[in-house]
Amino acid sequence: MPAVEPDVATTKVADSVATHGERRSSLIPVLQDLQEEFDYLPRESLESLAERLRLPLSEVLRVATFYAALSLEPRGEHLITVCTGTACHVRGAATILERLEDALGIEAGRTTPDQRFTLQTVNCLGACALGPLISVDGKYYGKLNASRLAAVMEEIGVGRNRAED
Amino acid sequence: MSVATVQKISSPAALRDLAESLRRSVEGKLVVDVCLGTGCRASGSADVYESLKEAVQANGMAGEVLVRPTGCHGFCELGPVVLLQPSGVFYHGVKPDDAADVLGSLAPGGQPVERLLYDTGTEKIAFERDVPFYKKQQRIALRLNGRIDPTRVEDYIREGGYQCLAKVLSQYTPERVIEEITASGLRGRGGGGFPTGRKWTSCRQAHGDIKYVICNGDEGDPGAFMDRSIMEANPHAVLEGMAIGSYAIGAHQGFIYVRAEYPLAVRTLRAAIGQARQAGLLGEDILGSGYSFDIEIVRGGGAFVCGESTALMASIEGHVGEPRAKHIHTVESGLWDRPTTLNNVETWANVPVIIERGADWFASIGSAGSKGTKVFSLVGKVKNTGLVEVPMGITLREIIYDIGGGIPGDKEFKAVQTGGPSGGCIPADHLDLEVDFDRLSEVGSMMGSGGMIVMDEDSCMVDVARYFLNFLREESCGKCTPCREGNQRMFEILDKICKGEAGEGDLELLEDIADVVKTTSLCALGKSAPNPVLSTIRYFRDEYEAHIRDKRCPAGVCKALVTYSIDPEACICCGRCATDCPVECISGKRGKPPAKATEKDVAEGKAGEPFQIDAQVCIKCGSCYEVCPVGAVQRT
Repeated sequence: MPAVEPDVATTKVADSVATHGERRSSLIPVLQDLQEEFDYLPRESLESLAERLRLPLSEVLRVATFYAALSLEPRGEHLITVCTGTACHVRGAATILERLEDALGIEAGRTTPDQRFTLQTVNCLGACALGPLISVDGKYYGKLNASRLAAVMEEIGVGRNRAED
Repeated sequence: MSVATVQKISSPAALRDLAESLRRSVEGKLVVDVCLGTGCRASGSADVYESLKEAVQANGMAGEVLVRPTGCHGFCELGPVVLLQPSGVFYHGVKPDDAADVLGSLAPGGQPVERLLYDTGTEKIAFERDVPFYKKQQRIALRLNGRIDPTRVEDYIREGGYQCLAKVLSQYTPERVIEEITASGLRGRGGGGFPTGRKWTSCRQAHGDIKYVICNGDEGDPGAFMDRSIMEANPHAVLEGMAIGSYAIGAHQGFIYVRAEYPLAVRTLRAAIGQARQAGLLGEDILGSGYSFDIEIVRGGGAFVCGESTALMASIEGHVGEPRAKHIHTVESGLWDRPTTLNNVETWANVPVIIERGADWFASIGSAGSKGTKVFSLVGKVKNTGLVEVPMGITLREIIYDIGGGIPGDKEFKAVQTGGPSGGCIPADHLDLEVDFDRLSEVGSMMGSGGMIVMDEDSCMVDVARYFLNFLREESCGKCTPCREGNQRMFEILDKICKGEAGEGDLELLEDIADVVKTTSLCALGKSAPNPVLSTIRYFRDEYEAHIRDKRCPAGVCKALVTYSIDPEACICCGRCATDCPVECISGKRGKPPAKATEKDVAEGKAGEPFQIDAQVCIKCGSCYEVCPVGAVQRT
């Protein structure tokens, strides 16, 4: 994924601050806008935001690192989210996660070196009837077991990713 | 999601007229309600909806048949679900190809489509009201779930929506509203169970011109999705409840704080607020009453602690979600230090019904100390997973067996976990417990927001405690030491127990730390964090001891303590285990099992050799155990 141009990042900050207003309570909504736009928070955007809201950069970073929905690092092309809610857990989510970590060669929370996949966990997707469940780029794959997971991995090209390493 | 143009409604009388004309416009129409909630959507219901709409067009039935997209019907296990109105015929597992048959069954004299009906195993059930999952439910908060299109305010108005707000604004004083809510006995559905009327009274009496109301939609308990379902299926009930509450306490601005992981709920609420403003049901001079109230949506950032009221308010203000000590209550000094009333989604959704049907009616439902109903998300090892709304005081057994259909695969019930990470595990001895706020606390658990996770003999209770402590140590905001450090240490001990590395004294140490965290943490999250540990030790001490003394996991979950092997006598030499093994540690020869192979088979090389697992290489993932068709793989 190409890096975000600094002026693109600062323009987005200006637009978003204009929408939400130049006040402290806009901090999180603006960060969410940036996250949605760039899929992570480019450094330049945080610096520009700190200036506009007259906050120390450390305070912006404190908030940006507190919330799980915000990320300081670029994410991969595809986002694989493993639900580790209680219902999924008792139906075997830990094994599903382990297999994905093993196949991708990364731990949850990381991105593959080729930037193709980011693997993350979520506390609950609220679709417990379908557990254990993962979502790939927002599409849900439910009622997983060893063979269904293998089919999903085939579909999204996880096996191939490893073969190219 | 498009926002249709809605005409401004200027008075209670105009609202009544509109509702009446909307009712007449659908009279005599046949309606196909298609669930487009998150669960059914994940099972493909969006395609079913499109294909039904196309079929109606193609057959020229648009005049008499309405295909309506609805929110969650609750029975997520069987999605996509479709409900025919007014007949009440209930279909499940509907596929796009079924559209023609579904429409065929609508025609006069049409018979329900047999293959899509609910099957008890002995008979097919046609009507929703007769399906066991729905039969024992009593729906108040979920009353319109699956009955209206959540993206159209007209649908809510047609069903009598906003009439209670009109009644309150034109006929009630704020004090009268609070009296009604107090008399109803409504208690907060978010977990604490604090009496709603008392909260409103304190906030009304608090000093200050500016006051706020907040709807807590930061549903963070894993395994709970009732609030999401209400926000997605019936958003206007929440808005109406908030408007009534704000009038009662004297506020003019409200906020709905929605969890980051619920994008559909955010979209639905946003559209609903837009339509309510256009219709004059939010904003300036609501229904010509002179009273003004508006609502803003705030999206959460993915932090569990923000479900705690003071942390949530800090988050709205743009700070990290850290709770503060509540020496001064938020009803006196909350958001931006103003008096603030915070209630959960389900609580707000109950408010209009209480106004409509009266406090006496509401108080006649439920148990002595807990009035009304509660929505539970019944999940885990249970046949009928989904959302159930039941009167308070119903027994766990009725919920799990009568509504939930019991445990799949004839396994034995072991425990039910309620209250999320702040709750506890309740064993089989307490299946006849009457479920309400007080009874659940007495057995060491809590109501929480209503997650109910069923566990069977294959669930390890030490692993479950470890799971929750892992969750809590990650979600602890870190502000106070007991929660930040205590949960970490408890997790480490539990992890040691699960790995068979714990020794004598560890269990006692665990209990000691739990006691400290419970008594000294700053907020409710920390104070309740030891509950999963304490309740599992209380009821399942023998499981802990088996892990510590015998280095054995009775449920076969803790990987370090189990080994997989194949019984050579039982192996049928099919080789499915070897095919599925991710590390290729199973070897053998496919063919006829040795016991059945003739000399000829052996000579022709058709005889198989039982498969074996190389324990050195095995990663204990359990796939062989899952796929073996004859149960020859053993887990010890």
